Amino acid sequence: MTMPLFLAALAIYAASGLCVLVPALLNYRKQSAHLANLLGLLGTLAGSLTGLCALILAPAGTESFQAPFGLPFGSFALSLDGLSRIFLFPVFGLGLLCAVQGYTSLRHERPSQHNLGAHWLFYLLLLLGLCLVLTARDIVLFLVSWEIMSLAPFFLIDFNDGDSRVRDASWVYLVAAHLGAVALLAFFVLFWQLTGHTAWQAGTALSLSETSRNLLFLLALVGFGAKAGLAPMHIWLPEAHPAAPSHVSALLSGAMINAGLYGIIRTVSLLADHARPPEWWGWLILAAGLGTALMGMLKALAQSNVKRLLAYSSVENMGIMTMGLGCALIGQSLGHGWMALAGLCACLLHMLNHACFKGLLFMAAGEVLHATGTVNMAQLGGLAKKMPVLAVCFATGAAAIACLPPFNGFAGELTLALSLLDGSSLATTERQMLLLLHFAGLCAISGLALALYAKAFGMVFLGQARSGFAENVQTQSWHSLWPLILLALGCLLLGLLASPVFSQIATSVTGLFPLENLTGFARAKASIGRSLMLTGLIAGLVILAVGAVMLLRKKMLHKRGIRFMPTWACGYQGGNSRIQYTDASFTEPLARLLGPLMGLKVSQSQDKGLFPRSAQLLVKAPERLRRAVYGPLFAGIESVCNALKIFQHGKIHLYILYILVTVIGLLIWGLMSN
Amino acid sequence: MFLNICLYLLVLSNFLLLGTARVVQMTKYTALQGFLLAALLFHSGHTVLTLAVLVIKGLVLPGLLWRTEHRMPAESLICPHRLVALDVIAGMAGLAFAFWLDARLGSDLTHNLFPKLFLPLGLTTLFCGLILIIGRVKAITQVIGYLAAENGIFLLGMPLMTQGTTWFELALLLDVFVAVFVMGIAINRISDSFASMDVDRFRSLRD
Repeated sequence: MTMPLFLAALAIYAASGLCVLVPALLNYRKQSAHLANLLGLLGTLAGSLTGLCALILAPAGTESFQAPFGLPFGSFALSLDGLSRIFLFPVFGLGLLCAVQGYTSLRHERPSQHNLGAHWLFYLLLLLGLCLVLTARDIVLFLVSWEIMSLAPFFLIDFNDGDSRVRDASWVYLVAAHLGAVALLAFFVLFWQLTGHTAWQAGTALSLSETSRNLLFLLALVGFGAKAGLAPMHIWLPEAHPAAPSHVSALLSGAMINAGLYGIIRTVSLLADHARPPEWWGWLILAAGLGTALMGMLKALAQSNVKRLLAYSSVENMGIMTMGLGCALIGQSLGHGWMALAGLCACLLHMLNHACFKGLLFMAAGEVLHATGTVNMAQLGGLAKKMPVLAVCFATGAAAIACLPPFNGFAGELTLALSLLDGSSLATTERQMLLLLHFAGLCAISGLALALYAKAFGMVFLGQARSGFAENVQTQSWHSLWPLILLALGCLLLGLLASPVFSQIATSVTGLFPLENLTGFARAKASIGRSLMLTGLIAGLVILAVGAVMLLRKKMLHKRGIRFMPTWACGYQGGNSRIQYTDASFTEPLARLLGPLMGLKVSQSQDKGLFPRSAQLLVKAPERLRRAVYGPLFAGIESVCNALKIFQHGKIHLYILYILVTVIGLLIWGLMSN
Repeated sequence: MFLNICLYLLVLSNFLLLGTARVVQMTKYTALQGFLLAALLFHSGHTVLTLAVLVIKGLVLPGLLWRTEHRMPAESLICPHRLVALDVIAGMAGLAFAFWLDARLGSDLTHNLFPKLFLPLGLTTLFCGLILIIGRVKAITQVIGYLAAENGIFLLGMPLMTQGTTWFELALLLDVFVAVFVMGIAINRISDSFASMDVDRFRSLRD
């Protein structure tokens, strides 16, 4: 009986949106900005808490709701099932925490520069759109909600619209979102035509032929993949995330791009309803996932802007989730219960984990930006001494995303690895080899992730300050950091409690895909749960041991003189911040090794002679895709559109001629065809 | 016989409209069309409507146009001659197309509803009006073209009048719109600048 609660959450979002509309329309004044900030926060808090209650009271089970829509087609049909509930957790959870963080950071904005009422309106609209997308069971309602969800971030990203780069980024986002929407429109119109009705529920696609199923699958992969950031449609992520305010980036990266993944899973589950999906669907998704993950990781390595690095890392993590889905489809089509269950659960588990740690990391980056004024790693360093709580939070997130046990990232990728390792039981050698290759790819990605986050954490928080930005830090009390602390605790808890979460997800998704009849399903559910339980247990013990050692250290150092020295003080005479690794020098060996693969450029220049006076090393990741493919493509489209302007010459009487010619043409056509 | 003569004169007035380059002459032909329509109405027995059409289409609207034209500079009342021949040819094509359309539409529709020749000639009048709008670039000829097109619609609506007066009321509304259109040009003191201005100059308004 949680549907009323969920509907109440939607109503609260909508009502709060109307409330913040009032200060949004008022003149920019200090009071109205404060009012908007407060109203937006309260509305989001109330709505998200109600929604979370609805989810926690009944984590499984299906409930439906139908209401009159007011349109001649479609219906207002909502339904909460296992999959929707899993995807709604990050929306409500991150929506709540990001709102709190946004409230504290927006308090300091000048009301003359930003319309906070409008900002909160679009924030609430984004949450509302996301909730509707994840629960809509009618394609018209789905498309309307999808459009709300896609439009609202444009205004959120464009918050600092005085900066031309921010404006550029928000346009890139808008174009990418609508190119995806074009594919989705085609997908839904085709779906509607083929099935004859607008229901978006199980059992609607039973009558479809093999060809139309394949076509629908490809359209959905392109349309939803653009939102999820699958390569090569990922280009909006590294533009939009650095440009947006940090709490918005956290929400977009942790909750919104999941909607793309949700769409793919939902589509596949509908199209493969009570039938085994073609095997190539799984391979295609698996390969796309691996490609996306590798590309995102290598590009992330070359970034020196922390938020851009995190954005590329989102692309990489989305690739990992997609790999899980690919495994699930291969397993389902070949009848391997272990592979299917582990793959699907890995996908969803990693989605939850990613929401947790990516939200944390983006918020931490926002705090760094707020404290120092920059997120460029070349100008940061040594922040751990000045902001220890923030450093611990960031370190937790970094360790979690780099799949270090005891945190949650490890549990998700372990499940995925278990799924891929089941490839050895598949029928032919080619399949075994391919899955093994993907397993190797996953291992490489995990290793590279460790390097990436060692760099991100090291450059920002360790060592000495590299510039005045990092030296003159505006420290805030750690009380404002409690959304981050909560998320860090979430990373830890999801890691320790991975086993119950896994069983919950496994129970929720079995209704969606007919997995129970596959061989090895029960064994998989029991033994993967047991492995996760074991890792959780060991992780708990390790944490206890580390805690004990730290206590012991504190006790032993008690009442002893402790001297604090600058970093790198041992062994260097007159050391300064310039002797440290830079972000480029940290990446250089990897970039030289893998650069040709992903278009990383290493440029090194130094004076000749034994004692060079100056030397410079740069690692760059030029946006080749945008410059070589999308740029010329859109320029071509623009020139074609400009060429069409000869028809728009402004001569009214010739416009009337167009109408006349059209009408007469239609008349002739209609009469001739009779 | 009377009906056929009226319809013949109507077609003739259409081609006279297309064939002249002088706006004053065109206004006279517009008045002629109004009288012809009134005569057709009288023939089918609608006495009150005949009077209304006679007053509106035959006297008021041409009178308004006449008044406007007298305030305009003389050179703005002559259209470019090179377009006239082209307009006449286009009108002939419209006539041919209207007869083809009449044949294609089938006998049941045309014979049950429309008296003979009503449908093709109504369509011809409509096309001629549209050709005037397209082919002449003066603001005032746009109004005249609109008026002619509206006469065509009126002719098409006339046989339907027996089934209800809605068509006729709509046609009267169109007439009132024309009246407002003309008065908009004449009364709002933009006549000088507007009348001398080619419709071509509206191009600067695009985008």
